[in-house]
Amino acid sequence: MTQAPVTPAHETQAAPGEPLVVLSGVEKWFGDLHVLQDIDLTVKRGEVVVVIGPSGSGKSTLCRTINRLETIDEGDITLDQQPLPAEGKALANLRAEVGMVFQSFDLFAHKTILENVTLGPTKVLKQSKADAETRAQELLDRVGVGHQAKKYPAQLSGGQQQRVAIARALAMQPKVMLFDEPTSALDPEMIKEVLEVMVDLAKQGMTMIVVTHEMGFARTAADRVVFMADGRIQEENTPEEFFTNPQTDRAKDFLGKILKH
Amino acid sequence: MQAVLDNADVVALAFTYTVLLFLISGVLSLALGTVVAAARVGPVAILRRAAAVYVSIIRNTPLLIVLIFFRFAGPKIGLTWSFVDFQFGRVNLNNIFAACVVGLTIYTSTFVAEALRAGVNAVPLGQAEAARAIGLPFGGVMRHVILPQAFRHSLPPLASVQIALLKNTTVAGAVSVYEAFNRMRDLTNDYATQRIGIFIAFALIFVLLVEVVSLAANRIERRWRIA
Repeated sequence: MTQAPVTPAHETQAAPGEPLVVLSGVEKWFGDLHVLQDIDLTVKRGEVVVVIGPSGSGKSTLCRTINRLETIDEGDITLDQQPLPAEGKALANLRAEVGMVFQSFDLFAHKTILENVTLGPTKVLKQSKADAETRAQELLDRVGVGHQAKKYPAQLSGGQQQRVAIARALAMQPKVMLFDEPTSALDPEMIKEVLEVMVDLAKQGMTMIVVTHEMGFARTAADRVVFMADGRIQEENTPEEFFTNPQTDRAKDFLGKILKH
Repeated sequence: MQAVLDNADVVALAFTYTVLLFLISGVLSLALGTVVAAARVGPVAILRRAAAVYVSIIRNTPLLIVLIFFRFAGPKIGLTWSFVDFQFGRVNLNNIFAACVVGLTIYTSTFVAEALRAGVNAVPLGQAEAARAIGLPFGGVMRHVILPQAFRHSLPPLASVQIALLKNTTVAGAVSVYEAFNRMRDLTNDYATQRIGIFIAFALIFVLLVEVVSLAANRIERRWRIA
C-alpha cells in the first residue's frame, strides 16, 4: 500500500449523493446574542461545502455544532440519519466519526507528531500500536511531514502543524471533515501547502465542510458555497454562480469588500 | 552537637520515620489530590461541588487539628488502623504512624489538588477540544492530554507543596510518632547545655532533605519541559 485510502472505513448508510449531515431549524443563543438563526443545511456525501461570511456571522459556531463542541438550543442535527447524541460515550463515538481541524492547530503539545496521530486510533478505535503507527506514518507522508514524525509540535512551522492536524483527523477515518478557518493563523506561503492538502482530499471524495476566507479554495474545490451573515444563511449556490452573480445585498457588499483588495 | 553524634543511631531512626511519613504521604497525597482535582474540573456538577467543599474544609483546618482528629477522635469512630503493625529492623510502623499518614495525606491532597487545578487551567482550551474532537471520552481527555500537561505546569507549586509536607511531618511528633522533631525535643531535654547545637544539627539535616526534594523537582522539570 503506497497511499493511505481516504474513504471512510465506517459502515455508512449514506450512498454517494445521499444526505450525510443535515441541520434543520437550528437556533443558538450566546446570552442575548442570537448567533444561529433558523439554519437549514444539508451536506451530501462526497460534497465539499465552503462556508464564508464576515466575522461574527456565526460560521465557526455552525461548524462546531456539527460535532457538538457547541450545543444548540433548538432544531435538529443528524449525521448519517442519526441525531447527535447529547453526551457521554455515544457523543464520543460520534466525534470519532467527524474529523475536525482547528484554526490554531491544537496539536497535543506534549506528544510527538506521530503520537498526535496515533492517540485516537489506539485509544478510541483500539487499533494496535504497530498498525496505528504504520497508518499514521502513511498519512504523515501523504501530507508531506513524514520526516518530522519524531519531533514535537512546537518544533514545526504553522503550516506543517496544520497538515499534521489534518493527518490526525484523517487517522480516525471520519465520515466527514470539518475545517474551522484552517488557514487563518498561517503566513501566506504556508496557506498554500495546507490548501493543497485540502484540495487533494476534496478530489478524493471526502465530505468536507470548510469555514474559510480563502476564496481561491472555494472556487477550485467547493461544490457549493454557503454565505452567512448575522447568524443566518443568506444564500447558497455553486461557487461560479455565487462569485459572479451574488443574489443578496449582503453577499454583494461582502464580496465587494474582499475582492477589491 | 556532640549529643547528636553520640545518639546518631536514634537520630537516624527518627529521620527514617520522618522520611517514611513524607514518602508515603507524598505519594498518596499526589494520587488523592489528582482525583480531587479531576473532580473539581470535571463535567459532573455534584462532584465539582463535593471536591470544592472538601478542599475548603480541609485546607482551612490547621494541620495539628487534622492529626489530632485522626490520632484521638478517629479511633472512637472506628478508624483504628489496628491492622497496621509492621516491623522492619528497628522501624515499627504502627496504627499511630498510620493515622498520621492518613492525616498528612488528606491535608496535603487539598494543596496538591489546587496546584493541579492551576496547572489544568494553564492548558489551553483548544487542547481539550482537539482531544474531544477525536472521540476521547472525558476520562481519556484528562488522562492522555490535560493531566500530563497540567502536571508539567504544576511542577513548581507541587514541589513547594511536597516540601511543605516534608516539614509538616514534624507535627506528627506532637501526636507521639517518634520522628525527628520528637527525638530532638528528647535530646534537648536530656542535653540541656547543648540545645543550640542540637537545634542547628536537626535544622541542617532538614535543609539537606528539602534540598534533595527540590533538586529532584528541578530534574523532573527539566526532563518534562515541552520541546
